[in-house]
Amino acid sequence: MSSETENRYGDYEPVIGIEIHAQLSTKSKMFCTASTEFGAADNENICEVDTAMPGALPVVNKRAIEFSVRTGLALGCDIRKRSVFSRKQYFYPDLPKGYQISQFDLPICEHGRVDYLLEGEKKTVSITRAHMEEDAGKSTHHGEYSLINLNRAGTPLLEIVSGPDIRSPQEAAEYARTVHKIVRYLDICDGNLEEGSFRCDCNVSVRKRGEKEFRTRVEIKNINSFRFVEKAVEYEILRQIDCYETGEKIVQETRLYDPDKNRTVAMRAKEEAHDYRYFPDPDLLPVEIEESFIEGIRSALPELPLKRAERFQQEYKIPEYDSHVLTQEKPLADYYEAVVKAAGGNAKAASNWVMTELMRELNDSKKQVQESPISAEHLGQMVALIDKGTISGKIAKTVFSEMWSSGKAPEVIVKEKGLVQITDTSAIEKAIDDVIAASPNELAAYRGGKEKLFGFFVGQVMKATRGQASPDLVNQLLKKKLAGE
Amino acid sequence: MINNGKKSTSTGAAATLDVKAVEKVAELSRLQLSQNEIETIAGQLSAVLQSFEQLQAVDTNGVEPLVTPTELSVRFREDVAVKVEDVELFLANAPARSGRLFKVPPVV
Amino acid sequence: MSNSLNLDQATCSEIRDAVRGKKVSAVEVTNHFQSRVKTLDPKINAFVSINEKAEEAAKAVDEKIARGEDPGILAGIPMAVKDLLCTKGLKTTASSKMLANFIPPYSATVVKRLEAAGAVTLGKTSLDEFAMGSSNENAATGPVRNPWNPEYVPGGSSGGSAAAIAARMAPGAIGTDTGGSIRQPASFCGLFGMKPTYGRVSRYGIIAFASSLDQAGPMALSTKDCALILEAISGSCEFDSTSASIEVPKWSEILTDDVKGLRIGLPKEYFAESMDADVERVTQEAIAALKDRGAEIVEVSLPLVKHAVPVYYLVATSEASSNLARYDGMRYGHRTADAAGADLDEVYSRSRGEGFGSEVKRRIMLGTYALSSGYYDAFYQKASQVRRLIRNEFLQAFESCDVILSPVSTTPAFKVGERINDPLQMYLNDIFTTSTNLAGLPGMSVPAGYSASGLPIGVQLMGRHFDEARMFNVSLALENALGAVKARRPHVI
Repeated sequence: MSSETENRYGDYEPVIGIEIHAQLSTKSKMFCTASTEFGAADNENICEVDTAMPGALPVVNKRAIEFSVRTGLALGCDIRKRSVFSRKQYFYPDLPKGYQISQFDLPICEHGRVDYLLEGEKKTVSITRAHMEEDAGKSTHHGEYSLINLNRAGTPLLEIVSGPDIRSPQEAAEYARTVHKIVRYLDICDGNLEEGSFRCDCNVSVRKRGEKEFRTRVEIKNINSFRFVEKAVEYEILRQIDCYETGEKIVQETRLYDPDKNRTVAMRAKEEAHDYRYFPDPDLLPVEIEESFIEGIRSALPELPLKRAERFQQEYKIPEYDSHVLTQEKPLADYYEAVVKAAGGNAKAASNWVMTELMRELNDSKKQVQESPISAEHLGQMVALIDKGTISGKIAKTVFSEMWSSGKAPEVIVKEKGLVQITDTSAIEKAIDDVIAASPNELAAYRGGKEKLFGFFVGQVMKATRGQASPDLVNQLLKKKLAGE
Repeated sequence: MINNGKKSTSTGAAATLDVKAVEKVAELSRLQLSQNEIETIAGQLSAVLQSFEQLQAVDTNGVEPLVTPTELSVRFREDVAVKVEDVELFLANAPARSGRLFKVPPVV
Repeated sequence: MSNSLNLDQATCSEIRDAVRGKKVSAVEVTNHFQSRVKTLDPKINAFVSINEKAEEAAKAVDEKIARGEDPGILAGIPMAVKDLLCTKGLKTTASSKMLANFIPPYSATVVKRLEAAGAVTLGKTSLDEFAMGSSNENAATGPVRNPWNPEYVPGGSSGGSAAAIAARMAPGAIGTDTGGSIRQPASFCGLFGMKPTYGRVSRYGIIAFASSLDQAGPMALSTKDCALILEAISGSCEFDSTSASIEVPKWSEILTDDVKGLRIGLPKEYFAESMDADVERVTQEAIAALKDRGAEIVEVSLPLVKHAVPVYYLVATSEASSNLARYDGMRYGHRTADAAGADLDEVYSRSRGEGFGSEVKRRIMLGTYALSSGYYDAFYQKASQVRRLIRNEFLQAFESCDVILSPVSTTPAFKVGERINDPLQMYLNDIFTTSTNLAGLPGMSVPAGYSASGLPIGVQLMGRHFDEARMFNVSLALENALGAVKARRPHVI
């Protein structure tokens, strides 16, 4: 912990655990064939199971199991070969069955860990468990009544529960970002916080430094960005410290974060304590999975972002900063590696082109790297053309923008537009002679000691060759000619 | 073994249900009962639970609870989405609607 | 219509053969039973609703036959279907005010399979609300009468299905059995009624009472009919995670009444129970008949079955309390008219308080209690543990016998109103049937005799998991040995 946070919290220490609900990106729901597509018309994606029609029964989506195992393995969890779905019972209009099918005492994943970097320092959070469950529907409130849309009801979720290992709001946000990056890498969740497919609930308590026991915790919900994770947790820590300092009691409750006012507000407190009456769902048999199923998934696991960034630093000798930018998203990292390969190994140049020109264009046009009009092969070939001296770095920018608009291969563009670098000495010499002949005053001034005019001559020669003359050769030959050699 | 995260009663089961307990269970079950019903049910369920007290005598130490009685193997479903033919059939029984949404009492 | 086929006496198999042989049309058969329902049901009250499309379905069967296509193994057989099975477009109520106007958007797998096999759904039959009861007195449409004597109950919960066949308003029916709900009404109404092994028949679309106990099964006038109907409705179902992927034998074709050398187990604990003298006599007669036919009678011991009733009621009500949570009046079902100004929880409580009858409420309460914080271990969990021990005892008993025989019920049918106010007494009467469901075994009620006052009495057979075949053979042996039993008819006919 930095001394700054230490000062801010006095002799209090925050204790934070995070529950992340990652919506699994399956085509159909957890227990039925209704579609999970986002943005469908009202109650379009429903069937007898997710509307809890009498007699309807759940059947487990195999891909949801695969995705959960994949995530569990990536988070270093033990995978339970026999996990059990239980019913968590409570009444709510967006919960059609009157219970949520979830996992209780026998979750599919347990005992994992996540490493992440905070300001260059490596940190670890333990993963207590990750279990499968179904999402509820959506209620909208209209004063006198509420309206229920069940499109989301039954969507598969993986709830990833961290240990109470997090000690600062910054750590909380970075841990959440890291898990987000991982689930995106695994391609099991689209990670869209605004659409609710990646939700972070933070459990926050504070205690005096050195205390062994945890104090009463408060759960904060409704946090829809990582920045807000940090702000909500910070607010809550300070609120709790304030409570203790003024002799107020902290009650175990759920609070909602209000980003506009940057504060947490208690949800309507219900008198009745929750009694979820969990019991094993008799409609579903225990989920039994074979070792070979797990191993099949393990062997197909992608390299995870932190590991990949480290490898990029070693293998490609690129700066740490670049390695993290390039491994932010799996498709970007894949793209970068394909560029390096096509470029014949100039990893640093590849990194520069991807991180500056390409990412700027992508940002400006709000495109994903997968949608880039310039394929990684083409960009790599362009880097190779520079390396070979076929085009100059300056010309390359022209080639790049032509590639962006036409999608053509760099060689084709260079050929069509006649952009090949002129390396023919006699052609360049001729251009230099012409320039010198046309600029007698400048020549006299240069020879008279005004060496700054060298740049003027370079510019003129480049202009005459439409930028295609090899800058190295121009420099070299011009110097000789101007010196009258 | 399942402990359900709850404290279990140390000695056997509570064999009688008083009116207060019945009211609490009725609330948990979301069942409005008349005073008369509450008293009747308290009496009837107490008699039933007393008769069921015999179970506590069975030694179940280390016995795994049985849920599904036959040996069945797990069934998974392939991840294929299917559109229902007529969504309206799933909405037609609703006591109240607004367009294609279910209209319910205010939840906040 | 052919003179050789008396539809008032014909079995399903006979009707099927006559229809396939074009001796009678499926439409004629359906019309016959429709008119019987019209005449008799006002007295019996077995039907909750009539399928207006029955004749259309029968016509389709006739057309298939005319075109030379296979009309299915149940071609033209009118079936009464317990109103617990969802029928797309046809009101399905579970005999509850809660679902008084519910029209399902889909059909149960069993219903689809019946229709695919050429059966004609005649109508939906009454039951104890949500299948909770053993007298069919807990029905929103009022008590069902026993065709053998209308002052008596037909049993329950599949009382409407049983009464419909006994009064020959249908030749066959589908019931469901959670703790005896097929077997006990079959016994009370003089029918063959069969609860398959748990997992044999898909539960999809059957309104759940207790998920780990419920099974649908046939009720009919002969062993062969039960076998035939079971053949049609059995088998793996992609929409039911608890349906077994196991081959379905053609029971109706492999059926034999040869029981020579078959070991019939008599659980001594069952025979130590106090039971009605007529039940005792009829059971002994059935045992003697099997012995005569060469079966070996062996005593088996099931010391823990004495706990079956508490275990059953704790497990069944726990599951039911959860299964019935969906009836909240939000998407379908009864919503209180008294909702103005009420908050959400009040609307829930009023809707459910008004929509459910007293037995259902009682069981939801018991189940909620058994799962609630502080009581789970002592009730639900304890019951589930003893359940395993009971199942193990059965598995062990089946090492020394092939089929177990016992009474179905301690008494024959009782009078309407006689036991309705004593739920405990009503529960304890399920002593012989509930253990079958707890252990997931196939069980069957076979007509075996009559009480002194002329009420039918059945005996119960139980088989090993997925060994319905041997049980059917014993049933057929009894059926053939006790020919006089079958010959009697209820007085309403």
